Amino acid sequence: MSTPTTTAGHAAAPAWKEWVLTTDHKRIGVLYLVGSMAAFGVAGLMALIIRYEQMELGMQFIESGTEYNGYLYFHGAAMILAFLIPGLTGFAANYFLPLMIGARDVAFPRINAFSVWLFFFAIILALLSFIVPDAPDIMWTGYPPYAVTTAANTSLYVFTVHLLGFSSILGAVNFLVTVIYMRAPGMGWNQLNVFVWTTVAAFVIQLVFIPVLAAAVTLLLFDKYLGTHFYDPSAGGDVLLYQNLFWFYSHPAVYVIFLPAVGILFDIMATMAKNRVFNYKVAIYAGIWGIVGIAGIVWVHHLYIAGMPDWIRLGHMVTTLLISVPVGLLTISLWGTLYKGAITYNTAMMYAASCLYLILLGGLTGIPLAIPSMTLHLSETSYVHAHFHFIMALFSAFALFAGIYYWFPKMTGRFADGGMATFSFWANFVGVNLTFWPLFIIGKEGMPRRYWDYEMFKDVQVMGYSFEDYHLIATIGAFIIAIGMITQTINFIYSAFKGKPAPTNPWNSRSLEWTHTASPPGPGNFGGTDVVVDENWSPYEYNTK
Amino acid sequence: MRKFLPAMTGLAGGLALSTQAHAQAIRNPAEEWERLWDVVIFDITVIGVIMAVAAIYFLIKYRATSPDQVGTAKKLTTVQSIAFALIPASIFMADDFYLAAKGWTVWNAYRRVPDNAMEIKVIGYQWYFEYEYPDGTIADGTDYNPIKIPVGQPVVFRMTSEDVIHSFGLPHYRVKEDMMPGRITYVWINPAEAQDTAFIQCAEFCGEAHTQMANPIHAVPQAEFDAWLAKVAAEG
Repeated sequence: MSTPTTTAGHAAAPAWKEWVLTTDHKRIGVLYLVGSMAAFGVAGLMALIIRYEQMELGMQFIESGTEYNGYLYFHGAAMILAFLIPGLTGFAANYFLPLMIGARDVAFPRINAFSVWLFFFAIILALLSFIVPDAPDIMWTGYPPYAVTTAANTSLYVFTVHLLGFSSILGAVNFLVTVIYMRAPGMGWNQLNVFVWTTVAAFVIQLVFIPVLAAAVTLLLFDKYLGTHFYDPSAGGDVLLYQNLFWFYSHPAVYVIFLPAVGILFDIMATMAKNRVFNYKVAIYAGIWGIVGIAGIVWVHHLYIAGMPDWIRLGHMVTTLLISVPVGLLTISLWGTLYKGAITYNTAMMYAASCLYLILLGGLTGIPLAIPSMTLHLSETSYVHAHFHFIMALFSAFALFAGIYYWFPKMTGRFADGGMATFSFWANFVGVNLTFWPLFIIGKEGMPRRYWDYEMFKDVQVMGYSFEDYHLIATIGAFIIAIGMITQTINFIYSAFKGKPAPTNPWNSRSLEWTHTASPPGPGNFGGTDVVVDENWSPYEYNTK
Repeated sequence: MRKFLPAMTGLAGGLALSTQAHAQAIRNPAEEWERLWDVVIFDITVIGVIMAVAAIYFLIKYRATSPDQVGTAKKLTTVQSIAFALIPASIFMADDFYLAAKGWTVWNAYRRVPDNAMEIKVIGYQWYFEYEYPDGTIADGTDYNPIKIPVGQPVVFRMTSEDVIHSFGLPHYRVKEDMMPGRITYVWINPAEAQDTAFIQCAEFCGEAHTQMANPIHAVPQAEFDAWLAKVAAEG
């Protein structure tokens, strides 16, 4: 992905120094991309081990339950905290948000560089889990008392969360100031790309909710290493305090991932369909901001089986079901953007189209989980596992991949489309369905999450097949995804250097990152002249008749 | 969707009437769970199919025929814009409240313990469950030891944990609830039919042997249950 850009006019610093010490938002974006894809690779390898282990009854690959729990911990924590969030709000926002609003950089470039440094330190800290003998085994949720009483190293988890939290808060302040003060002259709020809006919403969520997570994990650290008793009922603490604090952040965190993914989809679909965004204002103010408004009052649906008072569980059932209203409005706008469009197909659009399927499947399977009486059984089963993979992991990852194909010509001056791209798309798409559909089916019959074995279910048949059969299909699916992801990565690296050269605006987009910059954009983004837009300008105005 | 709602409400009303026939009959949460599952799955399938068909239709129908072609969708008027927000929002909200009401009804079945329920106290340990029957007999679930309950006798489990958080999961009876140190929680089940295949499993991650923290729970005739309990008491 790394594209050497020449720094014309003066003696160039060594290339590594230019990258490591950069304050250019585009290079920082690429650093985020490289870091998050590396985290994705390692966490994906963990997923393969997890799937392989469950393929048959008994122990295949692992030698102890603790070893398996370590893989699970790393997979969950790294995918969410080091791949999805930095991939979307780090890479995509950094590289493209300033270009989309006509800014020459972000408001505080050095703080931006510090954010990406913190991110890399966090990744190094997380990778230490593989070296220390007492690797964390507390799942990405880190519930006490287990996280306190375990012999494993909980501090690695806490400090990783701290570093990423600081990184995200600094990023949030930086980008909010950038969007508020550095938009091109003439650019009103209703002329912003949907991706800009979703990123703003994601950063507002980060700014409001991260401190709560930081508090939760810090108290965990104190309980484990300083002997405090915040979560210890034998000394007046409460085990549920942590879960409430944790999910008060971590449910909104789902939207930190989901919203920028939706934003990328809108931009790709409007561009490829050469159509205006359907019902733009409703999508922004009711859809995106509706989600932000409701994000902080639904967290108890993660505690439906945690013995919370009945009235809270029922109250949060209603608020959780009502998430369907803003999300429904966003889907109608997505669908409507295709209506009467002129759709061109390429790898980015294929990923975008598959996201429509993923958002339907992942979103609708969440509805049973919004209802506490359903969740009394479904909670902690592989049904939940399949649901959140479809809506959070796969939908957002596919949207991110769509974005990478879409913006690849902008970042490198070359296309990443081609036979390998098409092959890897289909491998990924077929693979995710093979992997996660079986988990819905056995999850409904009680297959628990976070189990490496399922001995007690050995005589249970679902539609004539055993749990082992379903796990086998899921494991085959996971390895097909691995093939897809490996070929895709090879394709990205190859295309960055040898791909087919692309014109400056290959998709004929109206958005500023395509119309006003070179590919890749040089320092300062827009050359000698500042970008100015008039009141009729819109990134989605294709049909000017 | 709108057409289906009255039809489904009517259907649900019919079911409710037929259950009222056995006045004050003890409810069976697991059965009600299955019926609610069917309703919810039907509901989301209808929405999913409508949206999927629309997506596929748009994706095929509106392909560009030349590279210079642009979309021809008109800009919405203010009235259209508001209508396209309010009408879908109303439909979604109606469906939400319909499902919420259904879910609430089943919730009451899960949370209202019948007066005649037999109480079994359960303590979670890393990594087994320990059960105390009303007569003080203690049975434990180590080594995958089955515990027994009498058929037709509602059972309420009052639960806590001595170490970390566990969860008392009964997939056969479609219920689970966490067991936490410092807190007491409960679930109740209605073992209407004899069975020797059900089991209790830990459903909240609790460490090394979380995967193996399970034991069978068999619903057997009263006489067999009494004999089993006496045997466990004698073995101490």
